[in-house]
Amino acid sequence: MTGQTAGEGRPFIRIEGVTKKFGAFTAVDNVSLDIEKGEFFALLGGSGCGKTTLLRMLAGFETPTAGRVFIDGQDMTTVPPYDRPVNMMFQSYALFPHMTVEKNIGYGLKHEKISVAERQERVRSILDLVQLTPFAGRKPHQISGGQRQRVALARALVKQPKLLLLDEPLGALDKKLREHTQFELANIQYKLGITFVVVTHDQEEAMTLASRIAVMDKGVVRQIGTASGVYEFPNSKFVAGFIGSINMFEGRISGVADGLATVEVPELATSMKARADRPFATGSAITVAVRPEKISIARSAPPEGTPNVLAGVVQDLGYFGKDSLYRVKLDGGTILSVNSVNSRRGLEHERVAEWEDRVWLQFEPSSAILLQE
Amino acid sequence: MNRKPVFLYSCLCFGFAFFYVPILSMIFFSFNKSRLATVWGGFSIEWYGKLFANAQILKAALLSLEIALLSATLATILGTMAGLALSRFRRFRGRTLFSGFVTAPLIMPEVITGISMLMMFILMAEWIGWPGSRGFTTITLAHITFSMTYVTTVVQSRLSSMDVSIEEAAMDLGSRPWQVLKDITLPVISPAILSGWLLAFTISLDDVVISSFVSGPGTTTLPILIWSKVKLGVTPDINALAAIIVTVVAVCVAIAGVVMYRQEQRRERDVQMALRANN
Repeated sequence: MTGQTAGEGRPFIRIEGVTKKFGAFTAVDNVSLDIEKGEFFALLGGSGCGKTTLLRMLAGFETPTAGRVFIDGQDMTTVPPYDRPVNMMFQSYALFPHMTVEKNIGYGLKHEKISVAERQERVRSILDLVQLTPFAGRKPHQISGGQRQRVALARALVKQPKLLLLDEPLGALDKKLREHTQFELANIQYKLGITFVVVTHDQEEAMTLASRIAVMDKGVVRQIGTASGVYEFPNSKFVAGFIGSINMFEGRISGVADGLATVEVPELATSMKARADRPFATGSAITVAVRPEKISIARSAPPEGTPNVLAGVVQDLGYFGKDSLYRVKLDGGTILSVNSVNSRRGLEHERVAEWEDRVWLQFEPSSAILLQE
Repeated sequence: MNRKPVFLYSCLCFGFAFFYVPILSMIFFSFNKSRLATVWGGFSIEWYGKLFANAQILKAALLSLEIALLSATLATILGTMAGLALSRFRRFRGRTLFSGFVTAPLIMPEVITGISMLMMFILMAEWIGWPGSRGFTTITLAHITFSMTYVTTVVQSRLSSMDVSIEEAAMDLGSRPWQVLKDITLPVISPAILSGWLLAFTISLDDVVISSFVSGPGTTTLPILIWSKVKLGVTPDINALAAIIVTVVAVCVAIAGVVMYRQEQRRERDVQMALRANN
C-alpha cells in the first residue's frame, strides 16, 4: 500500500521500490512511498524493522541495493550526504565534543558562501529559537540532555534544509521533557514549514507528532495513514497489535446483513456483531478486534437484545488515576483487557468493579474491527 | 569494620617494594663516594659533576633525544594514517594482511626485527647505494618501524570507541571527507595521538637491541653507551645519570597528574553546573 499523492504534481519525496541488503539480510524490502512538502511523516516500527536504514538512505549514508530515491524531483539515490539538501538530527545527537554550542551550530554554515555577519546572524536567531542563547559558550558536556537535544536540532535547522530527518528525537529524554519537547518540535515544524521525517519506535511519539505514519515490520511498510487511521482502522493483525493494545478473537463469518457482519467465535461460544465496511464472504475466517477503551464494564447485565455482551469475573485491576485497567476472565476462560476512564471521583469501595466481582462487558458493533490478515 | 585487611596491606607494601626498592637503591648509590658501586663509602655528589664533564655521555644523550623526537613524530604521522585506514576505510583487499604487518613488530622478538632491519639496510646499500653508512638515519628508520605499531594500536582503539555518528553529522552538514578528518576526527582523537607520540618517544629513547644492530661507528645512543659501560662494571656516574632520568620522568608524571586532576575537577564542576541549570 503506498501513500496517495495529493493532487498537484509530483510528491516532495518519492521512494521507489527501494531495497537494501546487508549481506544475506534484507533490511528494507521493496518499499515505495511518497511524502508531501511540509508533512511531518513518521516511520514507526520495532527494532530491526528497517526504519533507520530507510532514514539513512534519505540522508545519504546508505545506498539502496535496488530502487530510487527522489527528493524535490531530483534523483538522489547515489548523491553523497554532503551534497544533499537534507539534514539529520542523530539519535545520539552526535554533537562535536570539542566545540562550543555556538561553534557546533555554526559548523554547517562554514561550507555555505555567506558573509561572516550573516552566518553570525543565523546562528544567533536559531539560538534564540531553541532558547539556548545563554549557553552559547558551553561545551556539549557542560549542558543537560534536553539542552543537547536542542543544540542538535538547531545545528540541523540552521542550514535551512528542505528536509529534516530525525532519528528517535526524544528517545534519550525523560517523560516530562519528552512531552514538552514533542509540542516544541511540532511548533517549530509548523513555523518553518520544513518537511520532517521522524523515525521512532514509540507509537505515542509518532501519533502526537506526525501528520502521517508508516508502520514498518521486517523491512516492509505494513500501513500508511494518519494517527487515527492506523489506530482505529488498522489493516492487519500486526498493525492492530503493534499500535496500542487490543483484544482479538478468531472466528468465522456466518452472515452479513445491513452492513453488520455476524461472526461466530468458538472460544467464547457465542456470536458477535461487527460493522462490515467492505464485503465479506460468508464462512470466511476472520479476526474480531476491539480496543480496551471501547469496551464498557458494569456490575449489572445490560438489557436483553444488546449486541456483543460478555460476562466474566474481574481477575486483575490496575488503577492509574485517570483511568483503570481491568483484566476480566470470561466464562469461557479467555482474558479480556478493558480500559475505563475514572470519570467519577471516589475511593476503592466506590469503584465500578472490584477484584472477583462478576461483571458484564459490552461494545458497539461499530467499535469492532474485522481483520483478515 | 575495625579489622585492618592485613593481607591486602602486605600485598600493597610488597608491590611497592618490588617496584621502587631497585630504583631507590640506585639513587642512593649515586651519592656514593666510593668507586665501587656496591660498597658505601660516604656521601658525595662528585659523580654528578663528572657526569656533566663527560662529553661522550652528553653527546650520546643528545643523539638519543634527536632520534627519539624525529622518529616519534614520523611514527605518529604514519601510525595515525594506518590506524585511520584500519578502522575507517571500507574493507579493502589485503586488509587482514596489512593489519597483521602493522602489529607484527609487537610480537616479533626485537632481535629478529634488528637483524632483519640490518640485512635490509645492507642489501639496500648494495643495490641502490643508500644508506651509504649506518648511523642516525638507519636508527631513526628502524625506530619508526616498530614504534609506529604502538601509535597505530592506540589510535585504532580510540577510533573504534569513537561515536561514528559525529563524523556522519559533519558530513551531513556539508563537509567532504577530508574536511571531516581535519575538523572532527583528528581533534577528537588528539589525546590518543599525543599519547601515541609519547609512547613512541619513550620506546625510541630506551631502545638498545634494535639500535645496536643498525647503528654504525660514531653513532652511539645513550642506552647503547650505558650498556657498553655497564659491561665493564657498574660505575657510580651511570647511577647518577639514571637518577637524573628517573627524577625528570617522575617530575613530568607528577605535573601531568596534577594537570589532569585539575581538569577533571573543572569538568565535574561544569557538569554540576549544567545539572543545576537543567530545565
